[in-house]
Amino acid sequence: MFTESVIERLADGVWITIQLAVMAGAVGTAAAIVSGLAGLSSSRAVRWANQVYVDFFRGSSAIIQLYWAYYALPIIDRDLTFSPLQVGVVVLGLNMGGYGSEIVRGAVQSVSRGQYEASTALSIGGYQRMRYIIFPQAVLSMLPPYGNLLIEMLKGTALVSLITLADLTRVGLDLRQAGDLSSASAFTALLVIYFFLAISITFIVRRAERFARRSMGLEA
Amino acid sequence: MWEWQVVWDSLPALWKGLQVTLQATFWGILLAMSLGLIFAIIRRVSPGVVRLPLIGVLEFIRSTPLLVQLFFLFYVLPNYGITLSGFETGVVALGVHFSTYTAEVYRAGIESVPRGQWEASTALSISPVQKWTRIVLPQAIPSVIPALGNYLVAMLKEAPLLSAVTVVDVLGEAQRICSRDFNCLEPYTMAGVLFLAISIPASFLARRLETRFGPTTA
Repeated sequence: MFTESVIERLADGVWITIQLAVMAGAVGTAAAIVSGLAGLSSSRAVRWANQVYVDFFRGSSAIIQLYWAYYALPIIDRDLTFSPLQVGVVVLGLNMGGYGSEIVRGAVQSVSRGQYEASTALSIGGYQRMRYIIFPQAVLSMLPPYGNLLIEMLKGTALVSLITLADLTRVGLDLRQAGDLSSASAFTALLVIYFFLAISITFIVRRAERFARRSMGLEA
Repeated sequence: MWEWQVVWDSLPALWKGLQVTLQATFWGILLAMSLGLIFAIIRRVSPGVVRLPLIGVLEFIRSTPLLVQLFFLFYVLPNYGITLSGFETGVVALGVHFSTYTAEVYRAGIESVPRGQWEASTALSISPVQKWTRIVLPQAIPSVIPALGNYLVAMLKEAPLLSAVTVVDVLGEAQRICSRDFNCLEPYTMAGVLFLAISIPASFLARRLETRFGPTTA
């Protein structure tokens, strides 16, 4: 049953899962912003390259990508050998970016035309206009779908257990295999912990939403 | 390094595996579409004692990883006398997991049916069954087809997870060749390519549905 050492091992697994989720979330957020803005670029080549990225990651299966990056990539070149954690961060992050791209693009597009015109009238253009006027307003409408995206990414972290990373799911599988936990208690514990992590994400994103509203002078 | 011979040799097995993946997706989709509709209707017609626990359970299933749910069904159900094959477990897990998403989609569609339609059904004393089958659902479902389409593509993408519970699908076949012949590059690459060949047209189709039915009708 849940002895001290079992709980310790589960805690180790949770810690790996949290690290992976935070890093993949950072990569995914960056990829989403870059890709979302690239989708609005005036250059056709940039838009096209971006569309290839989005279609590839929205169209292919994360688990196959993980296997490919972990088992096949090193065969092409030994220098392309990465740790399971590195593979997980990059693959999960880029997948998240493919979905986040549409969220960023849609939110930026939803900022009213008047804001662009006012910026031009005040001779604020280009990077400054996006950075200080448009993007901050877009963030507000990004946050709710961004929270859901983070939860999808968190669920995806369980896949790394299949490429040998000792995340929460892997620890649960190992504890079950070794007979430390019954199947029922091992997997119930995993599901409850993942649910708790997902709720935490929802909670954090809600706070961020309130913060964003307040900093824009809106009702919290 | 890259040997075409290995590619040709592994293609028949991968093709067979892909068919298993597609079959699992097909049955999973049927289950998710029907179960989701049932959940959405129960949510609408049942009293709070039923509705609130149902909402909680759906939220729980939606927020936790499909992979762990797969393991749960595969290793825990036999303790209760229910022994399913890996394939059956996979279909049930896919279907139930995604029914929690389709339920939300149907719910949005049902809520978009104007109040007057419900009131008119009551005024004309149309039976509850007919109200749903003849009045509400025919108006609710077309508007949610694009959103449903996106989740069906998502199911296809998750289907290779079934290889984790002994199903020899497209990824399972690649793993088999990889561990048997130590040729891992070609099978995994071809599994990915075959998969893309199915899923990219599928997601284009889903996007076409979106432009066709459009958000204005939703």
